[in-house]
Amino acid sequence: MQAPTTTFPQRVAVAILDKRLQAALDHASGGFVKKRAALVAAQPEFEALRERARCVKDHVLANLDGYLERYEEQVVRQGGQVHWASTAEEAREIILAICRDAKAKTITKGKSMVSEEIGINAALEAAGYEVIETDLGEYIIQLAKEPPSHIIVPAVHKTREQVGDLFDEHHRPLGYTRHLTEVSEMVNEARQVLRGHYFRADVGITGGNFLIAETGSSLIVTNEGNGDLTQTLARVHIVTSGIERVVPTLDDAVTFLRLLARSATGQETETYTTVSTGPRRADDLDGPQEYHVVLVDNGRSRMLGGPFREMLRCIRCGACLNHCPVYTSIGGHAYGWVYPGPMGSVLTPLINGIDKAYDLPNACTLNGRCQSVCPVKIPLPGLLRELRRQQFESGLTPLPIRWALRAWAALAQRAGLYHLAMRIGIPLLSRLGRRRGGLSWLPLATGWTDTRDLPAPQGQTFQQAWSARKGARP
Amino acid sequence: MRGGRERVLADIRQSLDRIGPSHEAIVPLPGAGPRPAFDGDVVERFVAKMLEKSATLVRIASFADVAAEVARFVASVNASQRLCVSRALAAIDWPVGFAVEYRAARRDDETSVTPCFAAVAESGGIVTLSGPATPSTLNFVPDNHIVVVQAAQVVRHFEDVWTQWRVSGRPMPRTVNIISGPSRTADIEMTIQLGAHGPRRLHILLVTP
Repeated sequence: MQAPTTTFPQRVAVAILDKRLQAALDHASGGFVKKRAALVAAQPEFEALRERARCVKDHVLANLDGYLERYEEQVVRQGGQVHWASTAEEAREIILAICRDAKAKTITKGKSMVSEEIGINAALEAAGYEVIETDLGEYIIQLAKEPPSHIIVPAVHKTREQVGDLFDEHHRPLGYTRHLTEVSEMVNEARQVLRGHYFRADVGITGGNFLIAETGSSLIVTNEGNGDLTQTLARVHIVTSGIERVVPTLDDAVTFLRLLARSATGQETETYTTVSTGPRRADDLDGPQEYHVVLVDNGRSRMLGGPFREMLRCIRCGACLNHCPVYTSIGGHAYGWVYPGPMGSVLTPLINGIDKAYDLPNACTLNGRCQSVCPVKIPLPGLLRELRRQQFESGLTPLPIRWALRAWAALAQRAGLYHLAMRIGIPLLSRLGRRRGGLSWLPLATGWTDTRDLPAPQGQTFQQAWSARKGARP
Repeated sequence: MRGGRERVLADIRQSLDRIGPSHEAIVPLPGAGPRPAFDGDVVERFVAKMLEKSATLVRIASFADVAAEVARFVASVNASQRLCVSRALAAIDWPVGFAVEYRAARRDDETSVTPCFAAVAESGGIVTLSGPATPSTLNFVPDNHIVVVQAAQVVRHFEDVWTQWRVSGRPMPRTVNIISGPSRTADIEMTIQLGAHGPRRLHILLVTP
């Protein structure tokens, strides 16, 4: 996917003022957060599941080469083919070659974030293929020519009126002339239109939530059943998946399934869980004749070696988005690439380069909600802090901030000087803010006070209050 | 694309501080994932969970009742009397007037009838394995999917399904489907709507002798 032409602050400014977007974000995230909380409360094993999932992922990552080889061996044994892509470009070339060999014209797609990451739709369309997204949300944003704004509900920012207009424009040439106003009618019309595509498609592309080394299987979950129609009715099934998605056994996959739907949409389980292993068997009556898996590295092996390895535990549930005060205020498009929210703020600079996404690790309040709900316990705030540190080290942090941080470090590392400064500064700030209880303007800090007041300190420094109390609890 | 393979594996090994493949076999992670505990009868749990997920269900005493229940259901949803059926149910004496075809599903099929491999109580699910007698399009293409589940097929946890499959000695099928209700979407304004792409209705005939 292409990088956007606007800056992060520009996109944030637009998003904050978009009342429809704000209402949609409140509605969606609020619903997911509530449903997830209810299910987690009802499951005493939830914490133990998170811990087990973390252990399984760490175990796989420490043996990733071995598990991928074992997985490949099983896929081949079942009649499938495995392709390895170091970069997004290699992945696109592999998929283009498979489609060319299959003499394909029409390609249907189930929802896959990796396929967004490698920008496969644009590449396929440029090569003359007809590409149809089949997940309803993905279909809507494909018609609107927009990137997803949420990794689970990609069209969360669209209202029913906007969907009705899009269907008018794109379905009218197919003979659907009635303007739709009800969600049920829209779902029905999309169902009819997409049915035609499933049965016409030569190639079906899906993601892979998990790859199972034991059996050489790929596993996807959907609520709509679109992934199944995509992969069963096309002649060729292509699975795109990150190399980190492999798990050792079918039993391990179940541990993750128990966490995934609860964390993602607040469901006990998605409607359809599908384990796919190879192409149709000799005596099968349906299913694809070819089964390909494209394993995508695209920066993941690099992450494996450094301080960001834990990010590779991510199962793309979106819980960190739904619980992030920044994401729920600005939506997914503001992040500028396919992965939004806390997980995106870590992944985007790691995949595209830390010089390409300066603002993302800094657009975080470090409140820690994301880490507390992450089903695989990724320390997201810590990883964002580490990215900030690397930005500083490599000189990406703007000069005024570098100076301010240097000055602060100099002060904070000299106890005598620090206490002196606090003994002068705190009473001063306290007096300045006494009348209103807060400061609405402060020299050198207008970046803060332009949009909110700074609460005035009470008058004593912490050290003074502590000695006065002699350490006794109040 | 062998070059890509060697490159990706070499990059992984470099990050793992190794040059070649590990000399030692992978030591499997000890222990197992926790299984959610629940009280009560597994069959009742399965029934409750499937109803929660918008499936419909009737209990029948034996396979002999399948045909009549299918006929009743088809009439209740105004579907045609043509059925696309799994060959595994060929022994059933279908009602007079019904056209029954044993094949993969086609776009104009309205109703399918299939057996299942197992059913799961934990959070509700029907498990089917694809095969010559059980093409997986039957689970996804028609508007109405009728599944015959025997009470004895209901297991407690998802892991029990894999155990049963291993014990059965069957080869890995092309597809294992776990189905937990009719197709649904909430992609437009988070409004839940049944019948997105897969079946609009999932109707379970639970055989409880």
